[in-house]
Amino acid sequence: MGAFDAHIDRVVDSNGRAKRSEDGTSAHTVDPAIELEDVTFAYGDTPAVRDVSLTVEAGDFLGLVGPNGSGKTTLLHLMLGLHAPDEGTVRLFDRPIDEVDDGSRIGYVSQQATNRGGAMPVTVRECVTMGRFAHVGHGRLGGEDREAVATAMETVGIVDLADRLMNELSGGQRQRAYIARALASEADLLALDEPTVGVDAESRDAFYALLDRLNDDGITIVLIEHDIGVVTDRADHVACINTELYHHGDTESFVESDALADAYGATGQVVHHHHP
Amino acid sequence: MSGDGPNSGKPTTPENAPARGRRRTVELAGMAATTALSAAMIGFVLLYWAQDLPVASDLYAGFRALGRSMDAAFGTNVFRHPFMWQSMATGVLIGVVAPLVGTFLVHREMALIGETLAHTAFAGVAFGFLLNAVTGWDAPLLLVALVVGIVGAIGVQWLTERTDAYGDVPIAIMLSGSFAVGTLIVSYGRGLTGIAIEGYLFGNLGVVTVEGARLMAGLSVVVVVAVAATYKQLLFITFDEQAARVARLNVTGYNTLLVVLTAVVVVGAMQVLGVILVAAMLVVPVAAASQIARSFRETTYLSVIFGQLSVIGGFALAIGGELPSGGSIVVVAIAIYLLTVAASGFSVRAISAHG
Repeated sequence: MGAFDAHIDRVVDSNGRAKRSEDGTSAHTVDPAIELEDVTFAYGDTPAVRDVSLTVEAGDFLGLVGPNGSGKTTLLHLMLGLHAPDEGTVRLFDRPIDEVDDGSRIGYVSQQATNRGGAMPVTVRECVTMGRFAHVGHGRLGGEDREAVATAMETVGIVDLADRLMNELSGGQRQRAYIARALASEADLLALDEPTVGVDAESRDAFYALLDRLNDDGITIVLIEHDIGVVTDRADHVACINTELYHHGDTESFVESDALADAYGATGQVVHHHHP
Repeated sequence: MSGDGPNSGKPTTPENAPARGRRRTVELAGMAATTALSAAMIGFVLLYWAQDLPVASDLYAGFRALGRSMDAAFGTNVFRHPFMWQSMATGVLIGVVAPLVGTFLVHREMALIGETLAHTAFAGVAFGFLLNAVTGWDAPLLLVALVVGIVGAIGVQWLTERTDAYGDVPIAIMLSGSFAVGTLIVSYGRGLTGIAIEGYLFGNLGVVTVEGARLMAGLSVVVVVAVAATYKQLLFITFDEQAARVARLNVTGYNTLLVVLTAVVVVGAMQVLGVILVAAMLVVPVAAASQIARSFRETTYLSVIFGQLSVIGGFALAIGGELPSGGSIVVVAIAIYLLTVAASGFSVRAISAHG
């Protein structure tokens, strides 16, 4: 099918990025991409995230796992500044989260596309082009922007859908358009919340292979995925949460640990997290 | 997910390319005509203002002569009167700016905001009448309405962000509340002056004053420039607010800009359309355009073109049948909407109208 594999080099080449060494940890003294310190957040009286501290190094590939309603999405929103923590601090690109003003460094695919796009006549091309808006601000879109959009659409195999309306597409096609929008932003950090829901198996495998290549080129990735196998196959590090952080470490230590059973088992026993 | 391969979509075949080209030509022609008409109308307002200056007086005399010959051609008694041109200039400009702002409002599911701000502006007009009656000062009513409308707009925005209720609850409270205040002021002021507020309620070509047309011309330039400068940002927050926040767009700022622009449009438009009908021009042409548009940019263009056709058709109906302008314009707009529904095979795209 060839989806997802065209022109990868073009997607990632235009920004100077931190390169990783072979062992998957930060090679140079690069600033961490995301730092959470004792972060707590509640919706009213319902705690969603309690006392979570973790650091995502630049160039890392972090898989975020946990049962439904465990606070994965909330934690990702806290990392991106969509929620302000009740307690604790969040730093992004080594700056306090509310001082981060360069949106062009973040590419984001939300869960199940939480936009209002329902009846709004927006074409796939218009949607993907939004990935460039943080780059151009109030200026005009240039040739470089159109090229990034074209490349991103080619990468996820939706070139022939470019002039179709988003609300005429199937769920999987629409999701690919959102992935293309995140890719078009040529960001340093990709935050993906179950990005392949509704996407067919073949395109999904191709998409995760693409994530691997982007990560090899130094892009930091935070991925929420309900399929634990995908996470353990792809991610360098795994954070397992169920309101509290049950495990954060490299993938191997996660596989060997009981974190998954503990987090999903809801035995009432609190396992305190440990940083490697 | 078998039907989900990248090639399952309708491909961009060469045979539908000419149709798209024709479509684009029609749209661009419509936009060009609208732009020319709007420029001519702003030109008239400026000429009227400057009619005592040397060059402008000749041009203005030319305009009057054109009006007289139009009356002769159509057998009417309309175009020879400068006050009718003031009304028509205001109408044409409403036909541009109301659908322009409305495109974003409708797709943000904020269609009722326009109605709410019209009622706020109504309270403003009533307050202006009272102020003038009590102080003997001659404050321009629409300027007072504009200030009250913008304060109301920021109030609605503040309420919807701060309260836990559904988005449309604060709007409903604001809508009826400001109208209630307006009626109280009218009732109180009636003892002091003979307040002629009906023109603002139902819209009347005769209501448009020279100052009103000038205000509309100025506001139109501001609105068009503001929307053109922030088109990308308004599109992004309308389509996907969460992603726009992640991209570090000032979502609250652009939301506020949108409601303030709405207040500005509403105050300009209430002279011709009336408080009760003003929201129709924000919503109906956009609904018609969304019915058949093939992209968001096309929605914007078609909204403005349909808005313009509604105003011109409505004026023709109002002048020909000696009917109120507001009702005529809205009826024509709805006729256009029904035509687009028919043209798209009676599949109504469900645009939510709440909130």
